[in-house]
Order: sequence, then C-alpha cells, then structure tokens
Amino acid sequence: MDWLNALNLTAGELIGVYTAAYVLAALGLAVHFGFTGLLNFGQAAFAALGAYGYSIATLTLNWPWWAAVLAGLAASGVFALLLGIPTLRLRADYLAIVTIAAAQALRYAFSASDYASVTGASNGLSEFGESFYSLNPIPKGRYDLGFTSMSENELFIRIIGWSLVVIAAVFLFFLTRSPWGRVLKGIREDEDAVRALGKNVFAYKIQALVIGGTIASLGGMVFVMSSQTNQPSTWGTNFTFMIWTILLLGGAATILGPIVGGMVFFALLMFTQSVMEGLVKMGWLPFLDIAQVGQIRFLLVGLILMLLVIFRPQGIFGNKKELQFNG
Amino acid sequence: MANQIAIGAVEPGCKKVDPILVADNVTRQFGGLTAVNVEHVEIPRGQITALIGPNGAGKTTFFNLLTGFDKPNTGTWTFEGKDLAGVPSYKVARRGMIRTFQLTKALSLLTVIDNMRLGSQDQPGEGFFGSWLRFNWKSRETQITAKADELLKRFKLDAKREDYAAALSGGQRKLLEMARALMSDPKLVMLDEPMAGVNPALTQSLLEHIKDLKSNGTTVLFVEHDMHMVRHISDWVIVMAEGKIVAEGPPAEVMKNPAVIDAYLGAHADTDLGDVEIGSAKEGN
Ligand SMILES: Nc1ncnc2c1ncn2[C@@H]1O[C@H](COP(=O)(O)OP(=O)(O)O)[C@@H](O)[C@H]1O
Ligand SMILES: [Mg+2]
Repeated sequence: MDWLNALNLTAGELIGVYTAAYVLAALGLAVHFGFTGLLNFGQAAFAALGAYGYSIATLTLNWPWWAAVLAGLAASGVFALLLGIPTLRLRADYLAIVTIAAAQALRYAFSASDYASVTGASNGLSEFGESFYSLNPIPKGRYDLGFTSMSENELFIRIIGWSLVVIAAVFLFFLTRSPWGRVLKGIREDEDAVRALGKNVFAYKIQALVIGGTIASLGGMVFVMSSQTNQPSTWGTNFTFMIWTILLLGGAATILGPIVGGMVFFALLMFTQSVMEGLVKMGWLPFLDIAQVGQIRFLLVGLILMLLVIFRPQGIFGNKKELQFNG
Repeated sequence: MANQIAIGAVEPGCKKVDPILVADNVTRQFGGLTAVNVEHVEIPRGQITALIGPNGAGKTTFFNLLTGFDKPNTGTWTFEGKDLAGVPSYKVARRGMIRTFQLTKALSLLTVIDNMRLGSQDQPGEGFFGSWLRFNWKSRETQITAKADELLKRFKLDAKREDYAAALSGGQRKLLEMARALMSDPKLVMLDEPMAGVNPALTQSLLEHIKDLKSNGTTVLFVEHDMHMVRHISDWVIVMAEGKIVAEGPPAEVMKNPAVIDAYLGAHADTDLGDVEIGSAKEGN
C-alpha cells in the first residue's frame, strides 16, 4: 500500500478549499448554537444562499464579484430574518423545526425546473468565477507544496478561503469576549434570567442568527468558487450534519474548535478512505469495492458523531470543567 | 407605623401615602382556575413589603404579570406613575423594577463574576456595534467589575468569583441571583422566596442586606414563607389567598388577623403566626 500517497492526500485536506468552506459554516453555527444556544439544523441553507446569491448575481445580473458577494451575504441575512422573526420569540425547538423545513424547501426550490433559467434547476449553475479569478495576482503555472500541487487559481481560492477563516475567527474571538458575547452566553444559559436583567433577548438572538448565517454564506461562496459549479444536491441535510459533527468535534462554544475540528474531520475522512482503498486493492477487504469505500466513510461520520456525544461532549477544545457541572 | 404607610383605614387594597406600584383589576386565569384576581393593591415606596400566602395563592403568578413575564386576562398597573401593563419584561427591568425567580436562575456556565456583570445596565459594549472596539466599553467594564466585586464581598461570594455558577450550592445561587439583581441599582426589587434553601447561618446576613437596601432608598417587595423573617424585616405585609388580597397591614397586626391565620395556616389556628416556622412550605410553588 502507498502510505506516502495516503499521507499526502490527508495533508492536502488540512488546507483544502472544502475544509475552509465547512469551517466557515461551522464558525457560523458556533455563534448560533455554541454561544447563543440556538438550534439551527438548516445551516446548509445559509451556505446555499451564499452560493446561489453569488452565482445568480454573476450569471443573471452580470454583477461584478464584490456586488455578487454582497448579494450572497444579503440573501442569507434576509433568510435569517425571515426564519428568526416568527420563531425566536417562541421556545427553542421551534427554530429547530423551522430551519430543517426551510432548508429542505429551499433546496427543492433551487432544483425546481420552473426557475431553471435562473437557478439551473437540478443541474445547478457553473462558470461564474471569471470576475473573481480575474483578481488573481498569482502568475499562471503549477505550484508544488510538496504533498500536493495546484494551479494558480486553486492556490488563490485556498488563500482566500483560509484568509476568510482567519478574519471570521478573529472577529468572533473579540466579539464573543465582549459584553455583547456575554449576553449571548447568558441567553444560552437562561433567557428569562437575562430578560429580567433588562436585555432585549429577541434582538440578540436575531443578531446572532444573522451573523452566524452570513458567515456560513461566505463558506457557501468559497465552496462553489473552487470548481465554479453550484448544484442543489450539495446543500442537503448531510451538509448540515457534517457541520454539526465538525462543531461538536472541535468544541461548540469555542472559536478554535470549529477550525481544528474541520481540519481533523476532513483529514480523518481522507485518511480512512485512502487506507481502505489501499486495503481493497490488496484484496484485504473482499466484501468491498472501491466505489463503496467512498460511501462507507460517511458511516464513519455518524460513528464519530455518536462517539463524541458519548465520550467527549465538550469537543477537542471545550472546557471540561464547564461540562462537569452540566446537570 | 401604619399611619405612615397607609391612608385611611387599613384594609385589603388600601391607599398608600406614597405608592411606587399601583395595580388595578389584575386577573389571570389558567383554564378554569383563577390564579390571580387582585382588585387593587399599592406597594409603598421606600418600604419593605412582604407578600405572603399559602402555596398556590398566586404570588409568583402575580410577580410574573407585573414584570411582563406573563400576560394577564385583565388589568392595568403603573410603576412610578407610568403605565406598565403590556410593557415587555426587559423594558420593565430597564425602568428599574428587577425581579428574581422562585426557581433560581443562575447562569450556570458563566462564572460568578460574569453573572454579576450581566446585571449591570448602560454597558455600551453590550450593543453589537458598540462591542467591536474595546476602548468603547473598557472603562465602563472596570466600573461594573468594581461594583460587582463589592457586592460579591457583601454577599460572601467573593471566594467563588471565578467559579462557574453551576458549582454553587442552592443557597449560594439564591444569593448570587439577588446580588446580580442589585447591579443596576433598581428602584424596586421583587424577590420571590429569597430565603428558600439558604443556609440559616446566611439568613441573618441576607436580612441585613435587605434592610440595607431600604436604607439606600430601594423599595423591596418579597415573597416569603418564613414568618420569622417576615415579622423581623417587613414594614408592611400583604396576604394573598386563592388569587385575592385578603389582608394587609403592619406585620404584627396582620399576623393576629383571624382571616390570615385561617387562610394561611388552618392547622395552626391557635398559634401566633410570628412564632411559627413553616419549614415544610418553603420549597412549594
Ligand atoms: N403556567 C401555569 N399553568 C397552569 N396553572 C398555573 C401555572 N402557573 C401557576 N399555575 C397555578 O396557579 C396557581 C398559583 O400559582 P403560583 O402563582 O405559583 O402560587 P404561589 O407562588 O403563591 O405559590 C396555582 O394553583 C398553580 O397551580
Ligand atoms: Mg411561588
């Protein structure tokens, strides 16, 4: 078996574009769930709105890249308001149900043939990256990083994706350590107590939903920009649950957690896949073929999520002490 | 004493010389049950008023209605002369009327000091945009923290400053909730069973804190089952039973009132209420 190749592929995932995209979405979910206690099971929809906002603004409206980015952010921000205003005054579970339902509905709307001229229906949209990649200052060519090599555009989107991760993380780091962040954590613990102290809980929840949602929409834009394809099937519930896994793996109420959680998660997926493929090729796993390996690794996602919740609910970076008293 | 507080005859719903809170015709029904049915009540400013009554009398529900945590079927009330009915709970708090909860609401996974800081108002850093720049809120934060530390010391929680609130005992959480309520210098504090679960050794100092509040000009309205405490610190006592105000007056007189003894404690009808410790009733609803 080619161990070096397996390790190279694994290392590639650590800095992958998709990893950065998921990390952004997980950072958004950390604001929702980790800091404010909002149960959002539709994070895929926020990312999808970023992706569709960008690609539709580019292809249908011919907007330049920056206007398209604003369109993506605005789409998810408006979506957050639409979901939040009717539900955030109600009990926490209402938001959970509404986000699941709205994410599904949105995905069906994007795949519906009725709007095919705008959304591309189930084929999705493609070739919307010209304005963005025209910004790329990196000279044409292949860039060898040792464990992987890539074109100038692949390198560019990686740099942009991970820069956005760093910017979002620094922004959230300061925000969650401010008095504003303290109110969010108070709401997570007991919103009535916070109300009794004179804080407008509803306004804080709306703000948290919008901020977490727009950060996720940046993730969605990064996700579709690398291949310049945006398909509705990407934004299913499995996207949302991978984000949850990443968040819980790293630690929900932390900023570093979703970042390292995302890197570990994708590295682990890639490593098991390449090792299993190696074993299949060597005939050690006679009950599997190569195509099945790709599927089976998602079984692993479920398994990781279960083991986490049972053995390390606070995640990699979560505070053990916080949890001990969690009764 | 009675003449200083009430105007005219001392009877349920009587007028006060200087009321801070006036409620009229407040009713709340749960299905067929009328939990609260208060025709008229006035809370005297600058005094310590005890709201007593048997479990299920509607005291907590009345608190919830007054502070905007529940909506009444009918009723109006004013705080410092301004209409307060229908005002959302957070705005009630901002007007200077802060309540605590019978079932303590410590913010478990926040430290004790952060719990306290959250009690303050006018922190510009609590606004989303205000929070971005540290210099915008740092000096206020220092003031808030100093005040929080002072209160923690007074409530003997200073040793627990950095602990999670979840690590406190039940009694300590009650103290924390009360200390937190005082962070914004409220005009009226409403304490729902502040003594329940508090270690007897601390009860005395808690009584002193409540008296201190009064001497600082804060009005106190509290629900309590401990008759000893009620008699010891309150200036005025209001008695609720089955949602209605059945008696009020200075503590010594109210506790001799046969209607009160009857409503409150059928089994001890022949004892002076002031001599009874109703321990078993403490954790009731
Ligand atoms: N949310 C509710 N739903 C139904 N009944 C309630 C509710 N809250 C209180 N009650 C009822 O209203 C009555 C008054 O309760 P409460 O105000 O808690 O009394 P107290 O605080 O004086 O012990 C009780 O009979 C109680 O069962
Ligand atoms: Mg009660």
